[in-house]
Amino acid sequence: MAFSPKALAFPAVLLGALELWARTVGESSDALAPPTAAVQALGAAALEGSLWSATAFTLGSAALGLFIGALGGVLMGTLLGLSRQAARAAFLSVELARPIPSVALVPLAMLVFGFGLRMEVSVVAFACLWPMLVLTQAAVLQVEPRLLELAKALQLNPVQRFTWIIGPAIVPRLFVALRLCVAIALVVAVTVEIAANPHGMGYAMMIAQQSLDPALMLGWLAWIGIVGYAINAGASALQRRVARRMGEQAA
Amino acid sequence: MTPQSGQRDTAKGMLSSLTLLAALLALWWVVSTSGWVNRAFLPTPAATAASLVQGMVGGELLSYATATLGRMLAGWVLASALGIALGALIGSSRRAREWIAPTLDFIRPLPASAVMPLAMALFGLSGGMVLAVVAFGSMWPVLLATLHGLAHVHPSLREVARALEMGRLPFILKLGLPNALPDILAGMRLSLTVSLIVSVVGEMIASQPGLGQAVLLAARSFQASELFAGIVLLGAIGFASNAVLSLAERRLLRWQRP
Repeated sequence: MAFSPKALAFPAVLLGALELWARTVGESSDALAPPTAAVQALGAAALEGSLWSATAFTLGSAALGLFIGALGGVLMGTLLGLSRQAARAAFLSVELARPIPSVALVPLAMLVFGFGLRMEVSVVAFACLWPMLVLTQAAVLQVEPRLLELAKALQLNPVQRFTWIIGPAIVPRLFVALRLCVAIALVVAVTVEIAANPHGMGYAMMIAQQSLDPALMLGWLAWIGIVGYAINAGASALQRRVARRMGEQAA
Repeated sequence: MTPQSGQRDTAKGMLSSLTLLAALLALWWVVSTSGWVNRAFLPTPAATAASLVQGMVGGELLSYATATLGRMLAGWVLASALGIALGALIGSSRRAREWIAPTLDFIRPLPASAVMPLAMALFGLSGGMVLAVVAFGSMWPVLLATLHGLAHVHPSLREVARALEMGRLPFILKLGLPNALPDILAGMRLSLTVSLIVSVVGEMIASQPGLGQAVLLAARSFQASELFAGIVLLGAIGFASNAVLSLAERRLLRWQRP
């Protein structure tokens, strides 16, 4: 449905208009370039390899940050979901730390880690930690109480309780949270590169702009859009698949 | 549970919440004063508080905070107005939805900050450029929420509109938007978060006065206490704006509850 002719007509008209404008009136523009030139520039970057290395850096740091943030979020969220006392005690601290915009930590990460992978990973991890924590906590709170009673009756230790009872029960909701955090991780990674970190797709785009190469800049913008769309679509598909499988098991 | 025990529970909850917060602050104090962590990264709580007070009373921190707050709010208002208008236009027409909505779905995951280099090339390094990107970036949650809300008006309401021979504008104003209000408000809340983030990024890149630029400069000159003061202020802005909006949301949606 997404690729029906109607859906493609609108962007095609827009791109055609830009092509026409950039080939005639705006030929000497430093800001815009014809889409065909952007595709060419992107193709050149692909041949020379910078396209792949920058994409790998961005996706790698987004994935690593997501992993660390999600792990911390799931662990803390489970704890806060299981123990009302812990939830009460942590409430204020979580609510105060959560609204700090992740980009505000970019300068701090720069100071601590310098430029590079670790700085980007730390900011992404911070951004993913909070939604993962909150959503995991909500998921654990919705676990059927009788299952928890069962775990108590069987005298399971905490690790067994998590892997056998709670883990499977929250998996579908966990994947919904994960899908959300995949989008966040990618956005934050690109943002860190545009704001400060001299690596990855965001930086490549900044450099293209600063060296007055609008074709390459638009190529990167389109590429970032395509990669983001593909990854989000993949995460959604995975989440729906998990939901269906777990649903079948439960039935 | 009796009301008294409920009250006692809330009081106990507040107490344990404050205890943990105090413990975390104490940990920060111990770690920073003992020198386990380089003082260049982690200032003491006292130094942070001093920088905060100094900056707010006599220094430039207050004007930076006001600038960031203004940018965030202006961008958010623009984004909300644009998002609701465009969302209502596209959402109320089936044909427009079929032709345009897939493109919007494609643009949505694009990081707002990725548009900044393009905006810099188009408009130069100015406050207007940052505002434009803030508005563009934070428009999406509102636009898509409005579109979704209008597209899912209950069929029987549509029939009523048809029976009354309502025009498009009255339909949007009298049925569509009130129906979409919960979606729109949720979108606006998300959009305020985005607009704070994009404002900060814009100030960092385009060197516009504001907290984004302030924290970046503080980090570059190794002024850790000023950096932390800036982060604390940004956290406070995020916290306050979110709290105000969720309060407004609850009030505005009161009529929808049975």
